[in-house]
Amino acid sequence: MGESRAGQGALRSLWRLSACVCAALLALAIAGAGESWRYSVAERRSGYTYLSEDNQQLQDDDFANPGLLWVERGRELWQQIESTAGTSCARCHSDAATSMRGVRTRYPRFDPQGGKLINLEQQINRCRAERMHASSYPYESDALLALTTFVAFQSRGLPIDVRIDGPAQPFFAAGKALYEQRRGQLDLACTHCHERYAGQRLRGDVISQGQINGFPIYRHTWQTLGSTHRMFAWCNTSVRSEPYPLGSDEYVNLELFVAWHGRGLPVETPAVRR
Amino acid sequence: MAETRVRVPSTARRGEVIEIKTLLSHPMETGHRRDVYGKLIPRQIIHTFTCTYNGVEVFRADWHPAVAANPYLAFFTVATESGRLRFEWIDDEGTVYATEAEITVA
Repeated sequence: MGESRAGQGALRSLWRLSACVCAALLALAIAGAGESWRYSVAERRSGYTYLSEDNQQLQDDDFANPGLLWVERGRELWQQIESTAGTSCARCHSDAATSMRGVRTRYPRFDPQGGKLINLEQQINRCRAERMHASSYPYESDALLALTTFVAFQSRGLPIDVRIDGPAQPFFAAGKALYEQRRGQLDLACTHCHERYAGQRLRGDVISQGQINGFPIYRHTWQTLGSTHRMFAWCNTSVRSEPYPLGSDEYVNLELFVAWHGRGLPVETPAVRR
Repeated sequence: MAETRVRVPSTARRGEVIEIKTLLSHPMETGHRRDVYGKLIPRQIIHTFTCTYNGVEVFRADWHPAVAANPYLAFFTVATESGRLRFEWIDDEGTVYATEAEITVA
């Protein structure tokens, strides 16, 4: 009798142990799934969720992710004093980790001074011109990419939250019109691939929703880092249409629409993409 | 503006197998591409990587044009004694990119 009770006790503790092990295994399985749930909001999915596991790991690893090279460069530029006005980004904004946190989530935004939208790259150049009396970096130059990536990196994990009401509204509408406009020899609009056929295959690739929450991105096709506008131009060229110049109003408007299209998705800068 | 990144465990037990990770920013131009005028872009790749541990070579790699830009390399070595690891990348222009890391072996 006593012996069987002891046996029951042992059995019960064995059950408890196996339940614990099961729970631990389940937790491991969830953690091992690339945590894709963090990269989607409602029906909106970050490009991260379309990546192979290898590339997801590459993005998540702060050592191996090649985009971090640009973050480091940007950190240096942030401190660098420009000769003309004897000032640097850090002189005004001090620690980027606090002063620049959340900035990436709000761009492009309406700029009352220029009467149109302004994106992060343009804001950096404006600051350089007006506050630092320094020369503007050319669009897509390594320096501008590095500084943009460094600033955007400070908002990593925060949800995209652009304003499309008020004065930004007409520009948002223009961006939306561009997104839905057929163009090029292939006669395709952004919306055809990235909304209607997102998730399906285009030759060897799965078409993503074309979200820009991870920009600037390190793109394997380019073997380097690239801006949102470079991607737009690449997409335009791919449907055999003439791209707009990088930094053009058309692309900034489109950038606002696409940012809103992915509202709530976390900033992933610097993301790794194919 | 080349940058090197190296990750070496700061401490290790004697005889322990340690993983070393390296990353370098480099264009790794293959020599097979042409510019917009159709002219061949000269090859500009890292062709040799070496790692020395207190002056003794523990790892060497010869690289070829198929290696991607901003090459990442991870390898293993045995922690023998406290000291300094030196990493060198040599490219076609003869530039040597070098960096060092300290390790304490208990």
